[in-house]
Amino acid sequence: MKDKLFKYLLFGASCLILLLSGGIIYALVSSSFEVFSHFGFFNFIQSTEWDSQHEKFGALPFISGTVLTSVLALLFCIPFAFSIALFNGEYFKGTKVAAVVSSVVDLLAGIPSIVFGLWGFYVLRPFMVDLGINAQGFGVLLSSIVLAIMIIPYASSLSTEFISVVPNELKEAAYSLGATNLEVIRTVSIPFAGSGIFASFILALGRALGETMAVTMLIGNTNNIPKNLADTGNTMASIIANQFGEASGLKLSSLIAMGLLLFVLTAIINLIAKYIMKLVNK
Amino acid sequence: MSSTLQYRRAKDKVFLCVVCILSSLTMIPLFLILWELLKKGYKQINLSLFTEVAPSSMDAMLARISNEPIPGGILNGLSGTILMLAMAIVMSIPVGILSGIYLAEHKDSKFSSVVRSLTDLLQGVPSIVVGVVVYAWVVRPMHSYSAFAGSVSLAIMMLPMIIRSTEESMKMVPGTLKEAGLALGASYSTIILRILLPAAFGGLFTGSLLAICRVMGETAPLLLTALGASAVNLNVTEPTSAIPLLIWEFYNDPNLANLVWTTSLLLLVFVLVINIIAKNIAKKWKIQ
Repeated sequence: MKDKLFKYLLFGASCLILLLSGGIIYALVSSSFEVFSHFGFFNFIQSTEWDSQHEKFGALPFISGTVLTSVLALLFCIPFAFSIALFNGEYFKGTKVAAVVSSVVDLLAGIPSIVFGLWGFYVLRPFMVDLGINAQGFGVLLSSIVLAIMIIPYASSLSTEFISVVPNELKEAAYSLGATNLEVIRTVSIPFAGSGIFASFILALGRALGETMAVTMLIGNTNNIPKNLADTGNTMASIIANQFGEASGLKLSSLIAMGLLLFVLTAIINLIAKYIMKLVNK
Repeated sequence: MSSTLQYRRAKDKVFLCVVCILSSLTMIPLFLILWELLKKGYKQINLSLFTEVAPSSMDAMLARISNEPIPGGILNGLSGTILMLAMAIVMSIPVGILSGIYLAEHKDSKFSSVVRSLTDLLQGVPSIVVGVVVYAWVVRPMHSYSAFAGSVSLAIMMLPMIIRSTEESMKMVPGTLKEAGLALGASYSTIILRILLPAAFGGLFTGSLLAICRVMGETAPLLLTALGASAVNLNVTEPTSAIPLLIWEFYNDPNLANLVWTTSLLLLVFVLVINIIAKNIAKKWKIQ
């Protein structure tokens, strides 16, 4: 009797996850339905207008801002995250130095987004001004750099795992043929661990897409499609954070619809990464 | 031949150097951030930080003009964070551990794999989207921002981490322990609660601490759910402040800018210390 109850309890808790996911999707879809029926789904994601007075809302500037900053951040983070992965998983695998490096990188992952934002605002932004990027320093470039620092830990810790499970026999075979470290990495480790590393970078991209506070503080918050790296803009997450408080009616629904788009975008990116990892593990 | 060998060796060395340089560059931001917070934040560290609520913009401006430290502290944020974290823990840890046990006990069932994928999905949901959802679930029906809404959003973000760490640490427990329990005629619930759970406790504890760490600095969902308050509030149906929300307020108000560093320093120290403790516990339990 008690056992049965306990089993139901376990099952019930798992069902709660189902309910939770269903509830999240339901809440987002039902609240944004008004927007899609008012503007039409494709009109909403293609329109560049964001006009509270005339109640015209379009998501394109924010979608492009999100994609642009995240992809740039990913590009910036690749050389660093990849180096960390090689440092910890190949060159100094299992040594004290590697342990120190990986715990420092782990701690970097623990820094709250808002603290990154502050640091970017007060320390990196003046740099941007000095470099002559633009008058205020805000913009796509500044937010991508900070985003890149934020996602390095995610990309590097997973790729380290993939690189460190490359079988020693394969590497030793290459060494015995006279290959240098670099050649072993290029011809053995990367082909073996490549898709896993690729998947970890995709996961890091998923992280970057949803980052809110740091980007909100650094991107400049203008509702236009960023034309170049020095331009200011807004991301889907930052427009929600900025305007949700005072929004109502159609604007509120538009912001919730933006949340739905962001949810779908990150879900797709994460699914792709998980799918690749599943293939690798087989 | 020797020249190409030299060339290959040189290339190898250069690559190693590049890897080392890039790796060490990556570690710099952590120390730069810590340094910046310490340098600008230490002035405001005093007892009143923990005993008084955040000052009004006016008081801060007067203090700034007369070149005194800003009066007041962050008690309203501290109490709000503790309140919401406590509620989030109560909501997420039991459910997370139970469904983690379910996943570990039914490894190959179809239902488990669905739940597992959904857990991954939940883990990937951006924090601001969690805020939007909880706004629609809790804030709109209650017609008010509240500490309860804030804690629900934190709980949703903690849940996937707790489930995964429970499942992983339950899997690490050797099957022979379970068989020994069965051989003694123990019931299913006794085996799980008295044998498997204590054996997996280290992993569970670490996972929960890391989950708490992750949500402690979350600002975005709280902006949409708890909103913030200028006084200490322990009523769960009222808007409540939190440490990250205070940082956001201070950041937006030039008069309070001095306080922003101290508050961030405090938050960062909390987060990093819990992080380090959690990692050390994990290490200790792995050896045993």
